[in-house]
Amino acid sequence: MASIVAQFLNGLASASTLFLIAVGLSLIFGVTRIVNFAHGSLYMLGLYAAYSLIDRFGPTPLGFWGGVIGAALLVGALGALVEVAILRRIYRAPELFQLLATFALVLVIRDAVLWHWGPEDLLGPRAPGFAGSVAILGKPFPEYDLLLIAVGPLVLVLLWLLLNRTRWGTLVRAATQDREMVGALGVNERWLFTGVFALGAFLAGLGGALQIPREPAQLFLDLTAISDAFVVVVVGGMGSIPGAFLAALLIGEIKALCIGLGTVTVGGVAISFSKLTLVVEFIVMAIVLIVRPYGLLGKPLAMQRGAGAPVELPARPDGRAMALAGLAVLAALAALPAAGTPYAVVLAIDILVFALFAASLQFIMGPAGMVSFGHAAYFGLGAYGAALLLKRAGLPMEATLALGPLVAALGAALFGAFVVRLSGVYLAMLTLAFAQIVWSIAFQWDAFTGGSNGLVGVWPSGWLSGKTAFYFLTLACVAAGVFLLRRIHFSPYGYALRAGRDSPLRADAIGLDIGRLQWVAFVIAGAFAGVAGALAGYSKGSISPEVMAVSRSVDGLVMVLLGGVQTLSGPLVGAAAFTWLQDTIARNTEYWRAILGATILFIVLAFPQGIVGQLAAWLGSRDRGAPEGMVGWRRRRA
Amino acid sequence: MTAMLELEAVDTYYGRAHILSRVSFAASAGEVAVLLGRNGAGKSTTLKSIIGLVRVAAGAIRFAGERIDGRAPYEIAKRGLGYVPEDRRIFSDLTVLENLEVGRQPPRPGAPTWTEAKLFELFPNLAERRRQPGGRLSGGEQQMLTIARTLMGNPSCILLDEPSEGLAPVIVDQMAAAIRGLKQAGVTVLLSEQNLHFATAVADRAHIIEKGEIRFSGTIAELGANEAIRAAYLAV
Amino acid sequence: MEAAARMTVLAVENLSKSFGGVHAVRNVSFAVGAGELLALIGPNGAGKTTCFNMLNGQIRPDSGSVRLGGREIVGLAPRAVWRLGVGRTFQITATFASMTVRENVQMALLSHHRRVSSWWPRAARLYREEADRLLERVGMAEQAERACSVLAYGDLKRVELAVALANAPRLLLMDEPTAGMAPKERIALMALTAEIVRERGLAVLFTEHDMDVVFTHADRIIVLNRGTLIAAGRPADVRADAEVQAVYLGSRGHG
Repeated sequence: MASIVAQFLNGLASASTLFLIAVGLSLIFGVTRIVNFAHGSLYMLGLYAAYSLIDRFGPTPLGFWGGVIGAALLVGALGALVEVAILRRIYRAPELFQLLATFALVLVIRDAVLWHWGPEDLLGPRAPGFAGSVAILGKPFPEYDLLLIAVGPLVLVLLWLLLNRTRWGTLVRAATQDREMVGALGVNERWLFTGVFALGAFLAGLGGALQIPREPAQLFLDLTAISDAFVVVVVGGMGSIPGAFLAALLIGEIKALCIGLGTVTVGGVAISFSKLTLVVEFIVMAIVLIVRPYGLLGKPLAMQRGAGAPVELPARPDGRAMALAGLAVLAALAALPAAGTPYAVVLAIDILVFALFAASLQFIMGPAGMVSFGHAAYFGLGAYGAALLLKRAGLPMEATLALGPLVAALGAALFGAFVVRLSGVYLAMLTLAFAQIVWSIAFQWDAFTGGSNGLVGVWPSGWLSGKTAFYFLTLACVAAGVFLLRRIHFSPYGYALRAGRDSPLRADAIGLDIGRLQWVAFVIAGAFAGVAGALAGYSKGSISPEVMAVSRSVDGLVMVLLGGVQTLSGPLVGAAAFTWLQDTIARNTEYWRAILGATILFIVLAFPQGIVGQLAAWLGSRDRGAPEGMVGWRRRRA
Repeated sequence: MTAMLELEAVDTYYGRAHILSRVSFAASAGEVAVLLGRNGAGKSTTLKSIIGLVRVAAGAIRFAGERIDGRAPYEIAKRGLGYVPEDRRIFSDLTVLENLEVGRQPPRPGAPTWTEAKLFELFPNLAERRRQPGGRLSGGEQQMLTIARTLMGNPSCILLDEPSEGLAPVIVDQMAAAIRGLKQAGVTVLLSEQNLHFATAVADRAHIIEKGEIRFSGTIAELGANEAIRAAYLAV
Repeated sequence: MEAAARMTVLAVENLSKSFGGVHAVRNVSFAVGAGELLALIGPNGAGKTTCFNMLNGQIRPDSGSVRLGGREIVGLAPRAVWRLGVGRTFQITATFASMTVRENVQMALLSHHRRVSSWWPRAARLYREEADRLLERVGMAEQAERACSVLAYGDLKRVELAVALANAPRLLLMDEPTAGMAPKERIALMALTAEIVRERGLAVLFTEHDMDVVFTHADRIIVLNRGTLIAAGRPADVRADAEVQAVYLGSRGHG
């Protein structure tokens, strides 16, 4: 009994922490519609800043609490700065570009922290006055955790009062629906947004600073925090603050329950619930989204007024010039092994593999209008599928190259059936949840997948063992894949897919089954990502769970966005630019993340339509799109 | 007669499309002026250019003697220029009272001061629904609310974009009465309309816009007498 | 010609729908015959759009029946209703912004001919002539190559009409077909619609706020107020109806 109570209280304490991380993200999204990827970084900064401030002020009560509040205020001020300097310029850009910009901030902040605080973990002092523990049913329970349990509800109540009982709150809620109209009524809506962003950042910083007695400041906290925060916000319903609280409670308690249960033997089979903690929140998210597509307390997102929406102009199938250009690129690539260094060939294999991966992601993001945060799952399923069939089933390498992608397609068919029932950010989060579940299976099933070590000795057949031979195989597969994707794009099916994205209402009214069209697209994209994954495995000779980690999915997103979502050659250019840049910078500096982040920020601010999209816009005519189809701006219709 | 609002050779673009070309006209203090033209003629764009929602590429806009073009919408609104959009743009999650709160600005010398109580007198339907979310109101009530919300800013001049569009004829009659009420209270009104019948019922002066250019300016009586102009541009 | 003399295309009986206890539509019954234009009018919030959305399957009614050529269609999805020959235009135009005018019509034709799952042929080369004929019919042939996102509003409405005609429908549902158009365009669009209706023997149900359009083009009018049908009949009778004047027409009823 006592241990159940203790686990329950532990759950409440972690729920408070989760709520503090997530609530600012939800608030910022609700008002600005920006999905702030850098929210976890702000949380991490809060922790580091609190460490330094308390170190300077001394571990007295005043020094400690002054340090915590000071850290939160500093992070809030940074949030305001970021909003004014960067986000304000891209409110009119497509949602995904905002995501890309905040992702660039993650990279920059990570390296800034590395530079200022170094790579060591930093553990702060206990909170003066809350250092001990109290006995609850005879078991000791930390006093500080009791304090945390109180902070969550307190913040919830204060925020509710602020939003519902003050003029500022009324204005903020109005701006959530129609920022332009709020401006036309005489309110400086830009400062309203800055204020909201600063408040959200302050809450993230506070959440981080309050962790100082509980966990050391560490460099990877940004990504774990953002992943927790996303889950809480999505489970609660994006933009709903009470929803975030409820979701934090649910997840905090379920995690505590898993730890409390430990390993339980059911009918002779030992089930390790504590291992489940790694993935349980994603399972919860998947279940919630399948049952309630907008989260626990969320509502369907109304289209926000006063923001620009990109309008894609008609794409023309390739003319002769485009076909010739494609052949020229192909010829140049074919000549590479003869002309380039061995290293260039290895790098080119990487670029080709990612080009196909990015092209498959673009297929669901562009024509189908579905953004995936978990596309690496299918890359990984292809890689693992091929490797396992080779190692465990003893199939020849050539067969696994065809069957690996089939495994990816089957996975996409299964997950896609649920995914296509959602839309927008919720859809993206469900893809992420499925990817995390697949990742954690690969990570934990030591006996079959090799666990965290992965599989080694995944080598191609003898005739392909030379780098040049394998390069030509890769080139052939990737060229065929890209050609097929383009062909489908301009086929009746590709048109129908775009129809469903452009106007679901009209598509439905002319007999199109959008859900089915999208599901098929998801399977196609999964299969091609699987081809890329299988090739990637054989090119390296080994695979690990890394191939389907979140960072791989994000890499894919960045490539597609860098190139331009609505352009067919964009992902190819994006993949080449990204892979080459990452390779070049990483070989030359420790701070490659910051340089990459700064580059992405520059591209986002200078080319809001992606590299190829921007080129097309410059070259394009007004009425018809450029050959690739271009993205123009138009105000949204109500 | 002083011009409360004056446009001088205003040009605007959407992307590369030229929308307004050298648009010039003025509205005098205390009058009701109507901008007439068919859909796509540039009426909404003209009003949006005045309030700052569309960037003015060339020309000048003066309000109460001062240049306002190039300023942000909130700065223009703060000077006492109210804007009521064509599609109402009610904050549907906010209650009627909260919608009014968003529009609230301090009293302004030389312009009538509005309170919730006064507005509920003008629009009795809203009074009964003051605690209901704006999204639950009927189309006609939303049209009332969007005007009331703008009036909370105590404007000396108000821009109404197609106030009669999409309303039942019986509500259109009420709307005409409300606009005449505004004029009596001393508010200058510039409205856009396609409905000549409605325009004649409320306006003192008419400006006809076609393909982004002003083709006629004169009193409503002059327009009424000019069969050729009406036939050419209004197609009634 | 009286409705009874025409072949009934759409028969609606005792249709009801409430949202959270509020009756949006209550016991509404009417019929539309082939070659007939029936106007549905009423104040904002009277239930017109709800009524409309129940006819093509977007909203499922609480009770009542909707028969298309004698076949019950309640419970079918919009895409299934479309397959049975119901074309629809929307109050706020819904077209595919990333396609040209012609491609919009081609898309509807591809769906009509059940070619949507083919992955190889170039979609833009299929049913081109058929699409051009439809565009010709609505006067949009010259703009076939333009993107829908750059069209004038009135032209978009014509494109919608061509799209709605692509599956050779028996019934057209038009929700405020002339909203946002200039008076001259309104008359032209409705004259065109009426012409097509006569030549193909279509049945049309439309909602409309422009009384000039309604009284010029409707063969019959039904009036909805607070979810209930308060009047039905020929234009002259409806215009003279005291209740209709009080709740809807106002001063225009006497003019």
